[in-house]
Amino acid sequence: MSTAVFENEVVTTAMVRFVTYPGLVGEIALITLDNGHDHTRPSTFGPAGLASLDAALDEIAAHSPAPAAIAVTGKPFIFAVGADLSGVPAVTDEATAREIAETGHRVFRRLKDSAIPTFAFVNGVALGGGLELALHCHYRTISGTAAVGFPEAFLGLVPGWGGTQLLPNLVGIDAAVTVIVENALAQNKMTPAPKAAKLGIADALFEPADFLERSLEWAVGVLDGSVTVSRPEVDRSAWDAAIERGRAIVAGRTRNASPGAVRSVDLLDLARAGVDDEAFTAGTAAEDDALTELLMSDPLRASLYSFDLVNKRAKRPAGAPDKALARKVGKVGVVGAGLMASQLAMLLVRQLKVPVVLTDIDQVRVDKGVAYVHGELDKLAQRGRLSADKLNQLKGLVTGSLSKEAFADADLVIEAVFEEMSVKQQVFAEVEAIVSETCVLATNTSALSVTEMAAKLEHPERVVGLHFFNPVAVLPLLEVVRAEQTDDATLATAFAVGRSLKKSCVLVADAPAFVVNRLLTRFLGEVTSAVEQGTPVEVAERALDPLGLPMTPFELLSLVGPAVALHVAERMHEAFPDRFAVGEGLRRIVELGRTSVFVEPGVVDPELADAFAGDSPLTEEQVRERALGALAQEIRLMLDEGVVQAVQDIDLCMVLGAGWPFWLGGISAYLDRTGVSERVTGSRFLPRGVASLPA
Amino acid sequence: MSRSLREVVFVDGVRTPFGKAGPKGIYAETRADDLVVRVIRELLRRNPALPADRVDEVAIAATTQIGDQGLTLGRTAALLAGLPKSVPGYSIDRMCAGAMTAVTTTASGIAFGAYDVAIAGGVEHMGRHPMGEGVDPNPRIVSEKLVDPSALVMGSTAENLHDRFPHLTKERADAFALASQQKFAKALANGKLGPELVPVATRSAEQGWGVATVDEPPRPQTTLEGLSTLKTPFRPHGHVTAGNAAGLNDGATGCLLAAEDVALELGLDVGMRLVGYGFVGVEPEVMGVGPVPSTERALARTGLTIEDIGLFELNEAFAVQVLAFLDHFGIADDDERVNPWGGAIAVGHPLASSGVRLMTQLSRQFAERPDVRYGLTAMCVGLGMGATVIWENPNWEGFAK
Repeated sequence: MSTAVFENEVVTTAMVRFVTYPGLVGEIALITLDNGHDHTRPSTFGPAGLASLDAALDEIAAHSPAPAAIAVTGKPFIFAVGADLSGVPAVTDEATAREIAETGHRVFRRLKDSAIPTFAFVNGVALGGGLELALHCHYRTISGTAAVGFPEAFLGLVPGWGGTQLLPNLVGIDAAVTVIVENALAQNKMTPAPKAAKLGIADALFEPADFLERSLEWAVGVLDGSVTVSRPEVDRSAWDAAIERGRAIVAGRTRNASPGAVRSVDLLDLARAGVDDEAFTAGTAAEDDALTELLMSDPLRASLYSFDLVNKRAKRPAGAPDKALARKVGKVGVVGAGLMASQLAMLLVRQLKVPVVLTDIDQVRVDKGVAYVHGELDKLAQRGRLSADKLNQLKGLVTGSLSKEAFADADLVIEAVFEEMSVKQQVFAEVEAIVSETCVLATNTSALSVTEMAAKLEHPERVVGLHFFNPVAVLPLLEVVRAEQTDDATLATAFAVGRSLKKSCVLVADAPAFVVNRLLTRFLGEVTSAVEQGTPVEVAERALDPLGLPMTPFELLSLVGPAVALHVAERMHEAFPDRFAVGEGLRRIVELGRTSVFVEPGVVDPELADAFAGDSPLTEEQVRERALGALAQEIRLMLDEGVVQAVQDIDLCMVLGAGWPFWLGGISAYLDRTGVSERVTGSRFLPRGVASLPA
Repeated sequence: MSRSLREVVFVDGVRTPFGKAGPKGIYAETRADDLVVRVIRELLRRNPALPADRVDEVAIAATTQIGDQGLTLGRTAALLAGLPKSVPGYSIDRMCAGAMTAVTTTASGIAFGAYDVAIAGGVEHMGRHPMGEGVDPNPRIVSEKLVDPSALVMGSTAENLHDRFPHLTKERADAFALASQQKFAKALANGKLGPELVPVATRSAEQGWGVATVDEPPRPQTTLEGLSTLKTPFRPHGHVTAGNAAGLNDGATGCLLAAEDVALELGLDVGMRLVGYGFVGVEPEVMGVGPVPSTERALARTGLTIEDIGLFELNEAFAVQVLAFLDHFGIADDDERVNPWGGAIAVGHPLASSGVRLMTQLSRQFAERPDVRYGLTAMCVGLGMGATVIWENPNWEGFAK
C-alpha cells in the first residue's frame, strides 16, 4: 500500500489494451502512459501514477491467455518525463521520501523481471524516470524525433529509479557518464533519438509517421526470432577511467558543491557489478539511500525552487503590465555600432526579423558594425543554422546610417553608446527630434539612472531600460528597468520585445546597477578588498568553492572586464559610499590595461603586488563570511528599496544573469540555510519549506 | 511531335481496415490524413524497387474536403508520408467514385506520357466528416426543379430504384446482402482478405493506443430473419435498411499505377492492365442505376461485351443498386463472378475511398484466376453518375499459349 500522496498530482494513467498484429501469435498488452493533458503538460510519475502502472501490470498478469509481450508507450509526442517533482515540497519526512524511491523501483522492476518479454516504444521525450522505465524493459524502439536525457544531476538528484545501474550496463560506462553526468551538467542537454539509438539506448529507430506500427512489427519480429537484437558486450575495464572522467566533470562544473552530481558518479561506479538480480538489488538499494537523502536535503529543495522560478516565474514576470498594451515593433534603431551595439543588432534582427538600422559617429564604425552582424549571420549559415534565403533576408534587414534620420519610422530605438550621462541624454534628445511620439527609447546602460537619462525629453514616459548581459546571444536574462516616468505601454512593449528575443524578463526599479551587477559588484568588492588587505589571491579564489559558483571571483572579473567592473564600482561608490569601495587593486588593473589579475593561470601579475600588499590577511572562511554577509545585507536593502517585486526576482536574476547554480536557490536559499541572512539581516528571506526542507 | 500511348498497369493496392463512423468507431480519434499517410508509406514499403522520387503524382480523393480531408490532401499527405518534396499531389472529388477517378485521371496522364508512376487513392472519415457536411446547395436546384429533392439523400435514391424496378424486391435485396456478409466471412476465413490491409495505430484518449488490423463493419452473424426486421429509415414500410446498404464508414485506400514499360524497367509487379473506363450521368434521383450506362460505355469503347468479363467487383452502396445492374445485364443475383469475396454491404463504404478497394480486390483475384482475362470494377455515384473501369489480367493463361 502506498502511503505517499501528492496533493493535486496530475496522474499519469497506465491504460492497457490487448492488441493483435499481423504475424503475431496471441496478443501484445499495450500500455499507454497518458496524464490526460496535451504535450505541453508531459506525463510524470507521482505516487498515484506509479500505482496506476502497478495496477496495469496486475491487470496484464491476470489476463488469460497471457499476452505474448508487454509494451509501453506514451501519449502523442511524449513518452514520460520522469518523477513528478511538484509534490516534493510536501514530502516532510524521510520515510515518505524512501517510499517514493522504493515504489518506483518496485513497480519498474516488474518490467525487468517479467517472464513475458517487455518492450518500450519510446514515441517521444523520455526523461529521468520515463527513461528509467524504458531501460527496465527488455527491448526499446525510439521515434526519430524523440529525445532522451537524465536531468537529475542537473537538478541535484540522481537517476535513482534504476538509471545509474541500468544505463551503464546497457551502453557502457563512458556513454553513461556522458548522458547522466556530462550532459546533465551542460545545461541539461538531451540526447536526440538517432544518437540514442547509436549509443544503444534504443535497439531500433523508426520514423515518427508510423512509429507505433513499425515498433509493433519489430516486436513481432523479435518474438518470432526473425529480428535479432545485438548489443555489444559492456567493457568492464572501462570503468575506472570513465568514473575518473565523471568525477573531473563534476568537480569542474560544480566544485563538488552539488551532492546529487557527486552521488550520481558514486552510483555509476557501483554499477560495475552489473545488473543481475543480486547486483541490481544492491545497486537499487544504494539508489534508494541516495534518493532519500537527497530528497530530504536543502540543496535539492533549493534546486526545485530555482527550477520553478526558471520555468514559471521567468515566463510570467511579476509586475509586468498587460500584454495587450504593447506596441508593435516593425523597425528598430540601434545607436552606436560598437561591439555591444552590434551584438544587440544581431539578436534583434535574428529574432524580430524586422529592419535594424545601426548609426554611429563615422562611416568606418557604421560599416564595421554592419559587417560584424553580416559576418555573424554568415557563420550561422555556414553551420547550417540559416538557409540561403533566410541569410539573404536577414542581411538585407541590417543597414547602417550616419544620420539618425534613418530612425524616422522606427518603433524602438536602443542606445548602446559610451556610459556617460551627458552623452546618452544628448543621443536621446537627437533621436526624439526624429522619431514618432510613440517610438520607445531604450537604454542598455548597466549603471546609469534611466530616469535622469529621460528627464530632459519631451516624452520621458517612452524611455525604458533594457539591460542585457554579455554575451548577449547567450545569457537568458533581460532586466527591464522601469524609470520614474515610464508608462505602461512602453513597459509592455519592452516586455514583448524581450519575450520575442527569447529572453527571460525581470522587472526592476531604476536603482543603481539594478540587480545582477549590484550584487556581483558588492560581492566582488568584498573579495577584492580582502585581497588588498593582504589575503593571498589563491585563498580568496578558493573561498567561495563551497557554493560551486560557475567561476571564481577573479575569473568573473576577467569575464566582466576590469574596465566595466571599475565603471560600475565607481558608480556604486557614488550611490552607496558606505558599502561600495573602489579598490586600488581594481584601479591598478585597469590602469595597466590588464584583463586579468593573472599573467598565466594561478600566477598573479607581479605588477599588482603592491596593490595587494596589506598586512591583515583573512582566511578562506573569513572571506566567505564577509562576501556572503555583504550579499545578504545588499539583498535586504534592495528589497526594502523595492528594486524588485520579491526576493524570488533577485534569485531568478542570479540564476539566469550570473549563472549561479540551482542548488543555491539563486542565492537567498543558500543565505537562509547557512544562517547568514538571519545573522546579518535579522530574518530569513524565504519561509522554511519554500526553498528548503519544511520546518 | 509524334506520340504513342502507353499501357498503364495497376502495380499494387492497399487499404486501411475500414471502421464504423462515430464516436465508438476504431478511428474516432484518428485523423483522415493520417490514414492516407499510412497507405502511402505502406505502398512504398511493399514496393522497395520503386524509388520514392520516381512517383510523379499523388492524387487523393475525398468527398468532404474540409479540415483533415482538406488542404490539398494529395500534396499534404505526400509531404506527411515523407515523399520527396519534388513529388506533387492534388485532391480530387467525384463523391463515391473519387478514388476510382483518381485512378482513371492519373492513369490517363501515364498513358499520355506525362507521368511514369502515380499514387492514386481516397479517404473518407465519415465520423469526422458526415456526408453533406458544409454543403450549400444552390437554391436554383429547388426553384427550377433541376433535381428531384430526394436526389441528395442517397437512401431515398435507393428507394426510388425499388420504385423503378418493382421486381427488385426487398427480399431479393436482403438475400443479396446476406450473401455479401457470408462471402466476406468466408474469404476472410480463407485468408483471401487481410494481406492488403495496412495496420493503423489508433489513439483513444480514454483507452490509450490500439491498433486497427481488421475491418470493423462486417456482421458475419447476419440472418435473413434479422434483416427482415430492420427499420426502413428512408420511407415508412420501405425497402432500404441498414442491413441491405453499406454503412457509414471511415477508411483510406491507395494504389500504385505505372506505365507498363516503367514497371518492367523498375521490376515492379503488374497486378492488372488498364483496358478502359467510362463515366456517365443519370437522373440524380436514381443515381444507383449509374453503373449500367457507364459499363455500356466502357464496353463499347473497349470493344468488349459483357460476356468477356470474368469477374465483377461492384460497389454495394445499396443491394438494390447492384441488383439493378445484374438485372440489366442478365446476370443472376448470386452469380459467382460477382463480388466473390463480398462487398461494401459487409466491409463498408468510406465514400471516396471505395473505388481502389474494388481494384485491389480484383487484382488479388486475378492473381489466383488465370482462367479470367477481363474484370470490371464499377460503382454508382451520388448526384447521378456511374463509373466503370475494365481491367485485364496479366496472369491470363491465354498469354502463355
